[in-house]
Amino acid sequence: MKEFKYTEKKDTRSGFGAGLLELGRTNENVVALCADLTGSLKMDAFEKEFPERFFQVGIAEANMMGLAAGMTIGGKIPFTGTFANFSTGRVYDQIRQSIAYSGKNVKICASHAGLTLGEDGATHQILEDVGMMKMLPHMTVINPCDFNQTKAATIAIAEHEGPVYLRFGRPAVPNFTPADQKFEIGKAVMLNEGTDVTILATGHLVWKAIEAGHKLAEKGINAEVINIHTIKPLDDEAILKSAGKTKCVVTAEEHQLNGGLGDAVAQLLGRNLPTPLEMVAVNDSFGESGTPDQLMEKYGLSTENIVAAAERVIRRK
Amino acid sequence: MNPHNKSIDELKEIAAQVRRDIVRMVHAVNSGHPGGSLGCTDYFVSLYFRLMNYKAQPFDMNGEGEDLFFLSNGHISPVWYSVLARAGFFEVSELATFRKINSRLQGHPATEEGLPGIRVASGSLGQGLSVAVGAAQTKKLNKDSNLVYVLMGDGELGEGQVWEAAMYAAHNKVDNLIATVDRNYQQIDGGTEEVLSLGDLRAKFEAFGWHVLEADGNNFELLLPALEDAKKATGNGKPVMVLMNTEMGFGVDFMMGSHKWHGVAPNDEQLEIALQQLAVREASDY
Ligand SMILES: Cc1ncc(C[n+]2csc(CCOP(=O)(O)OP(=O)(O)O)c2C)c(N)n1
Ligand SMILES: [Mg+2]
Repeated sequence: MKEFKYTEKKDTRSGFGAGLLELGRTNENVVALCADLTGSLKMDAFEKEFPERFFQVGIAEANMMGLAAGMTIGGKIPFTGTFANFSTGRVYDQIRQSIAYSGKNVKICASHAGLTLGEDGATHQILEDVGMMKMLPHMTVINPCDFNQTKAATIAIAEHEGPVYLRFGRPAVPNFTPADQKFEIGKAVMLNEGTDVTILATGHLVWKAIEAGHKLAEKGINAEVINIHTIKPLDDEAILKSAGKTKCVVTAEEHQLNGGLGDAVAQLLGRNLPTPLEMVAVNDSFGESGTPDQLMEKYGLSTENIVAAAERVIRRK
Repeated sequence: MNPHNKSIDELKEIAAQVRRDIVRMVHAVNSGHPGGSLGCTDYFVSLYFRLMNYKAQPFDMNGEGEDLFFLSNGHISPVWYSVLARAGFFEVSELATFRKINSRLQGHPATEEGLPGIRVASGSLGQGLSVAVGAAQTKKLNKDSNLVYVLMGDGELGEGQVWEAAMYAAHNKVDNLIATVDRNYQQIDGGTEEVLSLGDLRAKFEAFGWHVLEADGNNFELLLPALEDAKKATGNGKPVMVLMNTEMGFGVDFMMGSHKWHGVAPNDEQLEIALQQLAVREASDY
C-alpha cells in the first residue's frame, strides 16, 4: 500500500474559500452569494476583495437560488454558499425548476455536510444531499476529499458549463493531494493499485479508506483504493475495470446508504458486472450531537468499518 | 395556572441562575449559542415561571388543556433546556450532557431522543411560526381555549416561510397565538440592518393583519406587563405579535453590544468573569 504524506490538516471549506478567491482574480464573471454564513463558508476573503461581486442575501436560501439562476442570464457564474442542508433540502424545488431544469450555470457550494459537523446535531447534519442532487437531471455532484482537492474542484467547476453541487465540510482533515493537481470532473483518482478488493471512497472517507488500505495490507490483503470525487457523472469505466480485476467492492461515504455513492455503484455493477458489494454509509438514521470522531464511530463510518467491510466482501467472492 | 407563579424578585434570581447554566453549558462543550440565549432568558423565565399554563410532569406531547411553547430559532437551545430543567421537566443534572454524544439535549431542540418539553425539532430557521399556527388551529378544533406561544429570531425573519405563515395566520384569524420576535438587531454576519434590513417591523406585521405590541425583553418590570397585555389581546380575531427588544449576551458585559457571541463559547477565563457577573444569592449550579 502506497504511503500518502501530509504536512497539515485543513478544512475542506477553506479549500473552497481559497479557490473562490483565486477565481475572483482570474474570472471576472464569477460572482458569489451567501445567506448569512460568510465566515462559516470562508467566503470573507472574496467578499473583501470583490465587494461589488459579492451578494449578501440574508437568511433566505430560496431567494438566493432564484437570484443565482437569474444572474446567469447575461453571463455571470454564480457560486452560492450556505450549509449543505440549506443548499439542498431547503431549496430543492428552486434548484430543480430554476436551476437544473432551466439548465442554469449555477455552482451550489455546500459546507458542513454530514456527521462531521459535530455538535450542532441532526438538524444540520444532512446525509441525504448527494442523493437529492444526483437525482436531478443535468446536475453534476462533486465531493472532494481534502483542502487541495476542494480548491482545485472549485476552480474547475467554473470552467464547466452547467449546474454543479460541490459538497465539503467543517473538520480539519489530512491535506494530502497535490497542490498543483488538475481536477478533472468525472475522472476517478487511483490512489493505490491492488488486486484483492476495490475500495471506492468519497469526501472525508477517502483518508479513512487509505488508512484501511494500510490495515488490510498488514493482514496480507492488497486493496485497490480509488477516490471517487465526482459522484455524478460516475467514472463507470474506472469502476468496472477495477471491479473486474478484484471481483469485490466496498464503497465508503459520509451519507445515507439510500441515495449515495454506494447506491450509484450498486446500480452500475448490477447492470454491467454483478459483483459482491459492501457499503460503508449511515444506515437509514439521522445523526445527533457529538464530536466528529465519536459520531463517525457510532454511525459506522470509521477506518475499522471499512476494514471489516473489505473482509466481509472478500469472503463473498 | 402557572405551576410556579413566582414574584418578580424570584424571577430575577431564577434568570441569573439560568444565565449561569447557559454559559457553563456552552463552555463545557466549547460550542453552542450563548448570545441569543442570554438575551432571551428573561422571556423564557417569564413564560415558564409566571405566564404559561402547563404541566411539567408527565410531559404530554398533545398538551391538551395547556399552553404550548415553540422555539423557532432553535440555536438558542441552552436557555430553553435550562428553563425546562429548572421548571421541572427533567433533572437539572442532565444539563451536563448538552451537545454530548447519546444526550437528549441535542445541539438544536429535537424530539427524536424524547426530551420532555420539546414538541417539534428546530434549528433550520424559519419553520416554527408555521408549526405554531397549525398547533393553534388544532386547539381551536379541539375547543381548547389555551394559548400557543412561539419565539423567532429577527434575522430569521429573512426566511419567506415566516411571511407565508404570517399571512395565513391573519387570514384565518388565528387569535390564540402569541408570537414573539427576539429583536436584538443581530445575526451571524453582522447587524440585521446591514445584512438584510428589516425596517419597520411593526408596520410590516400590522400590514399583514397582526395585532402588534412592543416590549423590553431584559427588564421584568416592563416585560411582564407587556406579555400580560399580549395575553389580553388574544381572542380578538387577530394573531398577536410581540416585538421584544433584547440585548444579545445580556448579563455578561463582554458578550453584549455585537454579534460576536452569537455562536461562540467562552474560554475558562471568560467563563469565570461571566459567572462573577451572574451572581445569585444561592447558586445551585448543576
Ligand atoms: C435555514 C437556515 N439558514 C441558516 C442557518 C444558520 N444560522 C443559524 S443562526 C443564524 C442567524 C440567526 O439570526 P437571528 O434569528 O437574529 O438569531 P440571533 O443570532 O439573534 O440569535 C443563521 C444564519 C440556519 N440555522 N437555518
Ligand atoms: Mg437576532
